[in-house]
Amino acid sequence: MTFSRNARISGLVLCGALALSACGTDEQKPFNASPAGDSGIACAKGSITAAGSSAQKNAMDEWVRAYQDACPGATVNYQPVGSGAGVQQFTAGSVAFAGSDSALKPEETAGADARCATGKAIDLPMVTGPVAIAYNLQGVDGLVLDAATIAKVFSGKVKTWDDPAITALNPGAKLPSAAIQAFHRSDESGTTDNVQKYLAAAAPSAWTYGAGKKFAAPGGQSAAKSDGVTSAVKSTPNAITYVEQSFAENASLGVVKIATGASAPVELTTDSAATAVQSAQVVGTGSDLSLKLDYATKNEGAYPLVLVTYEIVCAKGTPADALPLVKSFLTYTASEDGQKVLEDAGYAPLPSSIRKKVAAAVETLA
Amino acid sequence: MSAGSVRDPATPAAGTPSPAGTGAAGTSPASSTSGLRTPSLPPWGVPAVVAGIAVLTGLLVLATPLGGRTATVVVFALLLVVVQTALSLAVEGRRRATDRLVTTSVVLAFLLALLPLFSVLEYTATRGIHRFDVDFFYRSQRSIGARDPGGGAYHALLGTVEQVGIATLIAVPFGLLVAVYVVEYGRGRLAATIRFFVDVMTGIPSIVAGLFVLSFWILGLRMGFSGFAAALALTVLMLPIIVRSAEEMLRLVPSSLREASLALGVPRWKTILRIVLPTALPGIVTGVMLAVSRVMGETAPVLLTAFGAASIVRDPFRGGPQSSLPLFIYQQAGDAQQTAVDRAWTAALTLILLVMLLNLLARLVTRRSTIGR
Amino acid sequence: MSLGALPPVPTDPADVRPGSGDGGPRPASLPLRTSGSGTAEPRGDRVFRGLSVSAGVALLLLIVAIALFLVVRAVPALRADTAGFLSSTGWDPNALPPRFGIVALAFGTVLSSLLALAMALPVALGVALFISHYAPRRIAGPLGYVVDLLAAVPSVVFGLWGISYLNVPLAGVSRFLAEHLGWFPLFARAADDVYTRSLFLASVVLAIMILPIIASLSREVFLQVPATNQEAALALGATRWEMVRTAVLPFARPGVIGATMLGLGRALGETIAVAIVLSPAFVVSLSVLQPNSGNTIAANIALAFAEASATGRGALIASGLVLFVITLLVNVVARAVVSRRREFTGGAL
Repeated sequence: MTFSRNARISGLVLCGALALSACGTDEQKPFNASPAGDSGIACAKGSITAAGSSAQKNAMDEWVRAYQDACPGATVNYQPVGSGAGVQQFTAGSVAFAGSDSALKPEETAGADARCATGKAIDLPMVTGPVAIAYNLQGVDGLVLDAATIAKVFSGKVKTWDDPAITALNPGAKLPSAAIQAFHRSDESGTTDNVQKYLAAAAPSAWTYGAGKKFAAPGGQSAAKSDGVTSAVKSTPNAITYVEQSFAENASLGVVKIATGASAPVELTTDSAATAVQSAQVVGTGSDLSLKLDYATKNEGAYPLVLVTYEIVCAKGTPADALPLVKSFLTYTASEDGQKVLEDAGYAPLPSSIRKKVAAAVETLA
Repeated sequence: MSAGSVRDPATPAAGTPSPAGTGAAGTSPASSTSGLRTPSLPPWGVPAVVAGIAVLTGLLVLATPLGGRTATVVVFALLLVVVQTALSLAVEGRRRATDRLVTTSVVLAFLLALLPLFSVLEYTATRGIHRFDVDFFYRSQRSIGARDPGGGAYHALLGTVEQVGIATLIAVPFGLLVAVYVVEYGRGRLAATIRFFVDVMTGIPSIVAGLFVLSFWILGLRMGFSGFAAALALTVLMLPIIVRSAEEMLRLVPSSLREASLALGVPRWKTILRIVLPTALPGIVTGVMLAVSRVMGETAPVLLTAFGAASIVRDPFRGGPQSSLPLFIYQQAGDAQQTAVDRAWTAALTLILLVMLLNLLARLVTRRSTIGR
Repeated sequence: MSLGALPPVPTDPADVRPGSGDGGPRPASLPLRTSGSGTAEPRGDRVFRGLSVSAGVALLLLIVAIALFLVVRAVPALRADTAGFLSSTGWDPNALPPRFGIVALAFGTVLSSLLALAMALPVALGVALFISHYAPRRIAGPLGYVVDLLAAVPSVVFGLWGISYLNVPLAGVSRFLAEHLGWFPLFARAADDVYTRSLFLASVVLAIMILPIIASLSREVFLQVPATNQEAALALGATRWEMVRTAVLPFARPGVIGATMLGLGRALGETIAVAIVLSPAFVVSLSVLQPNSGNTIAANIALAFAEASATGRGALIASGLVLFVITLLVNVVARAVVSRRREFTGGAL
């Protein structure tokens, strides 16, 4: 009776689905002509999947676009699932390489090495990103804070904006007597880890909560992810948070200058972040290049709050079908051109001494 | 279904001409002289009360520092309930007063439920309209850099349709068979155990379902990320909703129907397929649509199993990582760039429209195949 | 009272049956079982029964597999835990040595879900009744469709809407409640006068999310109530509400409880929306109006999973197992309630 009508409707739906599956395209409109052609990229073909840190997502997006534009036969799929999940995927062998906010920890190395059939897993520093202390305070530009005051603000010991600790650093600024609304991340993140490490190193007496990916101090409110804290600060007067620079910049939040003990408070710029990474030391062994930052640096013009993120790859033992593309892609990201792309995306390029070491290590991947 | 649409003739709705024609006199107790008729508020009573309360609320808002849209509405609703009930209690007695109180509350509950719905829809629509263009439904995110405008969600839309489609194809027959077993055949321990654990299954957080498929299918059997793996995770989430709702609906089919069919010599399986299931069909379809709506918006299990991709992946079985709309929303909404956030809201709008469309289709199919029409 | 306006007897299959207003949803298998007195079951029957039995068994196996998976993954982390899992409130499984306990998470999960249910259930039943018995018949169908739409909104969107739209107005409501009803433990005043991102906000968002589930299924159940039962009530002179109370609600009670359980399950397991709106804290507190007043198991999994170590993942899965057990307990209680009612009303349910 009604069967045929149902069949017709189902047929319609099926046809719609089929039509849908046929008509989309991966092509993009050429909105900003990227310098294709003589990109100098040694292309490889195929498709790889990588995953990890969301802090390097924007960098990866730019790299993947440039690489795929130059190499039409290649697909690089980077998913920002988080460092911990990225390392887990790498260990399980389901991704070709992982992005991570921290070098492999001792308890993680065994598993990661086992995944690389014939070799070890190594950490290659690839993306450095400054973290901004961003605030929303009407009529106050260029707020200056030092590590101890930042620590006290985020642990609820400094409660109002006109606290002597803040006014002393900002003579002349019109600071309201309003309560400080400090926001931190409610999810666990490498950014939180980095900020807490910085505070513990640069203001050990004011920050006694240790480091870690979970925010450890009492007090304040929290929001999920970088966009969560950014929009929270944006919509809450008298609020302050820590967030990757690109978020603070896009939301046009004020960014704190940090008084490090150098002759003048350091503003957050690509240069000042790069200057800080310059003094980083390689502490990895062999082709592992994990870095140690000096958070308590007093160097002139060095912005101390910088996040270094790594690519974790197999020195030897990447599956043969993925190896050429992994090598080719990482060669590009570690090249001078590749690092230069980052400056527009809110990151700082690797210092050339470290960049060369990374490029040499990529060369030996097998 | 017409079974439930019986209207109570005893309490004519506001505006229906009252046969008694008591008119204005209805408010005075003196009119209840007939002895057979209980006194009732005149037909214009309810509108008059509503209007009166509206004026009163307006005065209150103007005269006192109440202020605020929310406060006004709340005051209006409270006054309406109290005054109308009191009036009805005085004139019509306790039973009618209760009846009016319930009627008003039910209407208010419905209006209250509409508030968040319209708010969410309006919010999504105003933010999603910016990128609601051809490119959005035609292009993917392949080679879209962090600060690029443009791009689209075609790859995600395709992924959602494939994943949810496969999940539905598995979960609906599976779930219905389980419900049929529990209601029609089930007896003793097994059926009770199944029913019980289906309830427990409703509380499984979606991310756990994703983890389960991740460790069994992807890591255990080394099948790799795929749209199909996501469909499996979504199946786990759909099953309890389908089984539970279908079970309730089958249980409501009168046993006399089954008996009549069996008495005519129709075999049991045919009775179930031709009589029991069609009778319960509208309810079953509602349950299925709830399940589909639920899993269409799931992010976490898809992230763990289909993993996500920026390019178009047509083959859900061997195509490798695939995207989906909720995953696309989640990732784009978390971006610093406004262009990405715009894409996220348009994707949210698309997802809602898609579910709307499916709901509508399901209604059409149900109405046409319900037996007895 | 005139009965002239009674609609014609519906030609619905539910009413095409001999005899009077029987038709309660009694266990359908009872009469069927006795009717199958023939010696050999027809082949179609055997096949169909086999199919449905194996589907049931397969589902059971699936659930057992998930439970086993949770246990296997949770045990190593629980072994490594240096605080009491069932007695401590903190959550620090990535630390060395790992310290974590479920108390705060379990408490927050149950509290927020119960609050959500308390808010959603009356409204949902009102909505269902409105559509099944109060709204003009012609627009009832479309109205039901409109409410179903609420179920179509993905939880990410509910989360984003909750935080960017609902957060501030609801903070105003919270402040009002705290200032005027602060003596009630749930409405305790916030220490620093901040009422945003609270567990209350999460509960309201959850309530809105489970509302369409309860409302849609209850509506379907109400619509299935045999017309004869309702006509009988009306014929005895019942008002509409009395008819609903005596004929509709008792008939629908098991179905409504089933719908409520589905809604509660959703609230207990909801992940992303809660993670977005909540400023979480690992405390056991009844003062739900302020931020940092609690956390839920599912939201914590979402917030901590991406950066968790191996032990951290195990701990999160252990918390998932606890959620499994909580749902189990809730259902045991609900079943006990249903079956007691059934005894009480002598099987009329």
